[in-house]
Amino acid sequence: MSKTINIDGQDIPFTEGQTIIEAATAAGVYIPHLCHKPGYTPHGSCKLCTVNVNGRNCSACTFPAAEGQTVINNSQELTHDRQKITQMLFVEGNHLCPSCEKSGNCQLQGVAYHLNMLDNHFPHFYPHREMDASHPDILIDHNRCIFCNLCVRASREKDGKNVFEISGRGINKHLIVNSPSGQLKDSAIDVNDCAAHVCPTGAILIKRTGYQVPIGQRIYDHHQISEVALAQEQDHGK
Amino acid sequence: MKNYIETVLAEADYQPVRLLQILRAVQARYQHIPAEAVDFIAEKLKISRGRIIAVAEFYSFFHLTPQGRYDILISDSITDRMLGKENLIGYLSTILKVKVGAVRGDGLVSLNNTSCTGICDQGPAGLVNGYPLTRLDRPKLDEIAALVELQKPLTEWPPYLFEVADNIHKAGLLLNQPVANGAGLNAGFARGVSATLDEIDRSGLRGRGGAGFKTAMKWKFCAEEKSDRHYVVCNADEGEPGTFKDRVLLNSYADQVFEGMTLCAAIVGAEQGFLYLRGEYLYLQDKLQAILQQRRDSGLLGKNILNQGLNFDIEICLGAGAYICGEESALIESLEGKPGIPRNRPPYPVTQGYLNKPTVVNNVETFLAAAAIALHGGEWFAKNGTEKSAGSKILSISGDCASPGIYEYPFGTSIRRILQDCDAENVLGVQVGGPSGTFISNQELDRKLAFEDLATGGSFIVFNNSRSITDIVQNFMHFFAHESCGFCTPCRVGTSLLKNQIDKIVDGHGSAGDVVELEALCQLVKNHSHCGLGQTAANPILSTLQRYPDVYQNRLKNISYEPGFDLDGALDVARRMAHRDDAAAHLTQVED
Repeated sequence: MSKTINIDGQDIPFTEGQTIIEAATAAGVYIPHLCHKPGYTPHGSCKLCTVNVNGRNCSACTFPAAEGQTVINNSQELTHDRQKITQMLFVEGNHLCPSCEKSGNCQLQGVAYHLNMLDNHFPHFYPHREMDASHPDILIDHNRCIFCNLCVRASREKDGKNVFEISGRGINKHLIVNSPSGQLKDSAIDVNDCAAHVCPTGAILIKRTGYQVPIGQRIYDHHQISEVALAQEQDHGK
Repeated sequence: MKNYIETVLAEADYQPVRLLQILRAVQARYQHIPAEAVDFIAEKLKISRGRIIAVAEFYSFFHLTPQGRYDILISDSITDRMLGKENLIGYLSTILKVKVGAVRGDGLVSLNNTSCTGICDQGPAGLVNGYPLTRLDRPKLDEIAALVELQKPLTEWPPYLFEVADNIHKAGLLLNQPVANGAGLNAGFARGVSATLDEIDRSGLRGRGGAGFKTAMKWKFCAEEKSDRHYVVCNADEGEPGTFKDRVLLNSYADQVFEGMTLCAAIVGAEQGFLYLRGEYLYLQDKLQAILQQRRDSGLLGKNILNQGLNFDIEICLGAGAYICGEESALIESLEGKPGIPRNRPPYPVTQGYLNKPTVVNNVETFLAAAAIALHGGEWFAKNGTEKSAGSKILSISGDCASPGIYEYPFGTSIRRILQDCDAENVLGVQVGGPSGTFISNQELDRKLAFEDLATGGSFIVFNNSRSITDIVQNFMHFFAHESCGFCTPCRVGTSLLKNQIDKIVDGHGSAGDVVELEALCQLVKNHSHCGLGQTAANPILSTLQRYPDVYQNRLKNISYEPGFDLDGALDVARRMAHRDDAAAHLTQVED
């Protein structure tokens, strides 16, 4: 008999070494997340996947599933807190959905829709952040970076290149490029790299592809991120 | 430049784990980490430029742009502020003609604030090129400014400027009977290594950093972990504002601390240990190196210690200004030459610590106690203190009392007794355990020093009735926002939101909903942050809101809503462009 954990009253099988989010996804249970992506080293920084395990808050993307766990994923309290954490991500950067090319395909926006986020709640920081349009094919708009580290991991783990790094401390965190000039054009990145396509927001965009799909016909214009994520992630590793 | 860096790299044996040591040397020599140095180090260590920049931008004492040849930092801890620090830094800024946070035009001097330097018993304190300045006052600042203008090397400055006293006012169980060099190890070997672990278990010793994990259990877990290498790490990164006991222990009891580490090595089977010394204690480095050398010469460290076949040595690693590195997994990251970002747990350091090998990380005082327990036995220790908190606790007492300094008490001692001993009068409250601990009011002085009541890593700050609660809280919240590593959303964004929200209330812009909002935000940061920093960062607000709700309410405006931004401030650019500053060019925040 396989081992199980209990999520919101439902027994869910897991195999040794699986994290809670991996077990949940395989069983068709969605846990909101941004910095997690199947096949990438777990990071645990966005904290959207926070679940309550036997009375303690844990990141589902890093915490190992173990026999005897009673996990709360869907509760009013967690949904409220996840919404607040998403609002924090919005006010920290400069996220202006109506004028963003990623609108409709943006996971940050998708999660915000899913959590029924209707305003930003917190005072905006309006930080001054730069753009890096130096590369012929790829654009970085630092205004939209949420420090999920996915591009850093993609470049290292999938592309074997190490193009990105997260630098700085606290609220001054920022994405940097590993190149002599610090600009993307002098790095080893290529438009076909995973790192160029993995960004969950509009911080890393591919040039000359903008608005090919009209706004209103994009992924999260019609589908909940929960369905989309499960459909994409459920088969991973099978 | 390349010649110098080549020497530094050779000294570091070209090991990327020693990146902090390398960057410290470059920073000291060139007052910053020049781009050319970044490239050269990256090439020689075969690591990325980005990794080096990420480290340089993480630690407060590293800079990518040049600082002054005399880089003066003034400690911005609450105790320094209570001793007139704000006034002094303003004065220093005037006489040196340099703004706070800036470098003077001629590049000779830079001036800035820094987090608590661990000299709270003899503040206001500061650092010049990393070396501590104590008991600052205007005459001393005049003298310092003159020395800077004359460009005198620090070695020619009068030594009294740098004098740091131990100030041990009350010695107890541990400080009264220092262990003679080798006595703890001899007793440990004579009893047998596993029997000595049993004695530590019997002693009930719990980690002295504040969290209080049972020491014997930690050592046992580490020892049981199968691995080709084990490590012992002494956490001397005491960054909690108001804590300075490790400074004194390392100045006057270092041998015993090293003895405790060596004992731990014998028990867990480690050959390498590290003393992670906070950057602010650079001045202790040479002395500690000399003590390590003496121990090697006396057969207490190195190969075949006391002819018992134990090989163990200790390396001193300096931090570079980051409170978060007191968190054990962040400390390990820092030891590996990386930014101090706490790891995900599990796995815990006892199974996967330094270089992913089993590692014991303990506080300075824990190792000090372990050496004494090896000599005197577990019972000797356990008969002091309370049932759940055995032994004694060494406190760093600062703030409004006549005799700040080091005090050692058996656990279970009342706060009232401690306040009497340090001559504190007219007490408003005490911050026990530093900003991340608890603020207790003068109605709670019969509470006890103990893990089951008031736990502390050592910080004990006394406030008298002339102090303002909101000033204290504001200082603490600025501290946490500055020290958040920025890894997780709730702490990275939340500590800055908390800082801004408390500023809004203290500056008199808060209205009815703002305290409710503040409290909700506190709970969010506390419940969802990745590590202890974020989980405790809201404590100053939560513990004072609970005790002094009126203090917050009284700061609020008598209106129901206050805009989230400064209306008049937003017109500033327009006023400048229009060359206007008349009454009609200003807006009041809310219609009267």
